[in-house]
Amino acid sequence: MQLDTPITTVHPIQLVGQRRSPILRILGYLAMLLAVIVVGLPLYWMMVASFKVSQEIYTVPPTWIPIAPTFENYPEAWAAAPFTRYYMNSLITTALASFSKMTLALCTAYALVFLRFPFKNVVLILILAALMVPGQITIVPNYLTMAKLGWVNTYQGIVLPNCATAFGTFLLRQYFLTLPHEVFEAAEIDGASHMRRLWSIGLPMARPAVATTGLFAVVSEWNDFLWPLVVTNTEEMRTLPIGVFRLFDQEGVQNWGVIMAGTIFVVLPVILLFIWAQRYIVDGIATGAVKG
Amino acid sequence: MVIRSAPFRRPGAREKGEWALFALLVSPNLFLLAAFTFWPMLLNIYLSFVEVIGFGDGAETRWVGLANYASVFSDNVFRKVLGTTLVFTGACVLATLALGLGLALLLNQPLKWRNGARAVLFTPNILSGAAISIVWIYIFDPRYGLLREILGWGGIASPQWLNRPAWAIWAVVIVYVWKNLGYAVVIYLAGLQAIEKALYEAAAIDGADSWARFRYVTLPGLSPILFFLLVTSILSCFQAFDIIRVMTQGGPINSTNTLVYFLYERGFERNLPGPAGVVSVVLFVVMLILTILQLRFVERRVSYT
Repeated sequence: MQLDTPITTVHPIQLVGQRRSPILRILGYLAMLLAVIVVGLPLYWMMVASFKVSQEIYTVPPTWIPIAPTFENYPEAWAAAPFTRYYMNSLITTALASFSKMTLALCTAYALVFLRFPFKNVVLILILAALMVPGQITIVPNYLTMAKLGWVNTYQGIVLPNCATAFGTFLLRQYFLTLPHEVFEAAEIDGASHMRRLWSIGLPMARPAVATTGLFAVVSEWNDFLWPLVVTNTEEMRTLPIGVFRLFDQEGVQNWGVIMAGTIFVVLPVILLFIWAQRYIVDGIATGAVKG
Repeated sequence: MVIRSAPFRRPGAREKGEWALFALLVSPNLFLLAAFTFWPMLLNIYLSFVEVIGFGDGAETRWVGLANYASVFSDNVFRKVLGTTLVFTGACVLATLALGLGLALLLNQPLKWRNGARAVLFTPNILSGAAISIVWIYIFDPRYGLLREILGWGGIASPQWLNRPAWAIWAVVIVYVWKNLGYAVVIYLAGLQAIEKALYEAAAIDGADSWARFRYVTLPGLSPILFFLLVTSILSCFQAFDIIRVMTQGGPINSTNTLVYFLYERGFERNLPGPAGVVSVVLFVVMLILTILQLRFVERRVSYT
């Protein structure tokens, strides 16, 4: 830099971002608004249609705000298919699989990081190898296994293939490696057993990573479609995504208002979860990519 | 990732206790992975060489060698499925990565409400594919759909989205890109935030204009993220199922039939575990190659930090 040029302290952020003409700023806001509208519109449309009476659904041009809003579609959808049962099934299978994934990931990761074992590397490599087998290609053999065990159309049939987690284990292992070992060593000197250290130190300190594992598990179990579709065969055992698909098949394109109410039954719990735990979900995804 | 192993010593009683605890903590997870991930993969390989007569307890198997492979690879539908999978994956990945980069660069600017915008963009990603596919069928409806209305503003007549082979694939691509765009934006944004601010300062002091800063600071800084997104997006497109099952059932005339749907259809709707095994093996090989590429990348990143 030449010495005779006046040194102006410019904040780096200003250099990069804010030294823009007001026109560019306005364009920026417009582009952001447009993106939000385009991506959000289908969700808005789903919600609006769920409050429309049948005749209003079939008016051209369509109305953007219901003229005669009605709540009737919701009880009608709830009655058109056994949604109480679907909800129960989804809650049970999601809770079991997610709880299992969190617990097993925590235990396996703790053992891999803090315990001595001669074939530790083999265990780790097996876990990494499991990451490479996507669930979709195991459906036929897993179905055969469940048929042999007599577990087709049962909760254990739906849940068991989703109870282990290679991803969660890997995530937690990486997290444990970053924790200060001194804390665990101090507890060891104080005479705390491994189980005690896992429960009273490992779990609280790894809470963000456990939460991320749990949230990912909840979202993926709740939305899982292919495996519950093939392993269940009666209405009593269907989960929500399969159930709403059946509702759509029955009602056909006759009654969009009712069907949209049905889809809201499926997506609303996840949207509420996302609003409540957005930080964990978004951060979890981002750290997975940036920090590896 | 660094795998350390301790030098070998004669184990004491305490160590043996630790081994037992290790086995106790690790075995449930490993057992389930073995039963429902590794064993199925071996069974797939076995199934790909046999013919199964019947399904369930009374099923008999007969060794047929490479006959299943021959029949799948000479099947015109399978060839079409491969082509469709490539077109679908290519279109989705390109659109997601390009649009995602644009939106991430936009949200990386100091705009108010950008966190809210990011949340809205990300929302479709966590919603049930089956449920949102039903919503999109309603939106694509050529008589009463939202898209018909919006195209109408520009004087464009709505195509018969889901009933014409030439359009159905693009309908599925649109939904898939809509669902996965937010994921790419979140990852890109994390990558952009991780680029050293000092690099931009230095570039600005050297007189780099905004294009030069993008070309010589942002893009190289973002290249590992681009690679990560490329691999994960390809993997997720190869696994597409629920949207296709609900929106098109692979049709019309197999125009949206991709590998996993084909696998499901052969394995369950036609009771052909042999050919389904062949498709599983093909998919596994593709995934294996892509995942190894990705893990090598992860390894490199971790040893850097």
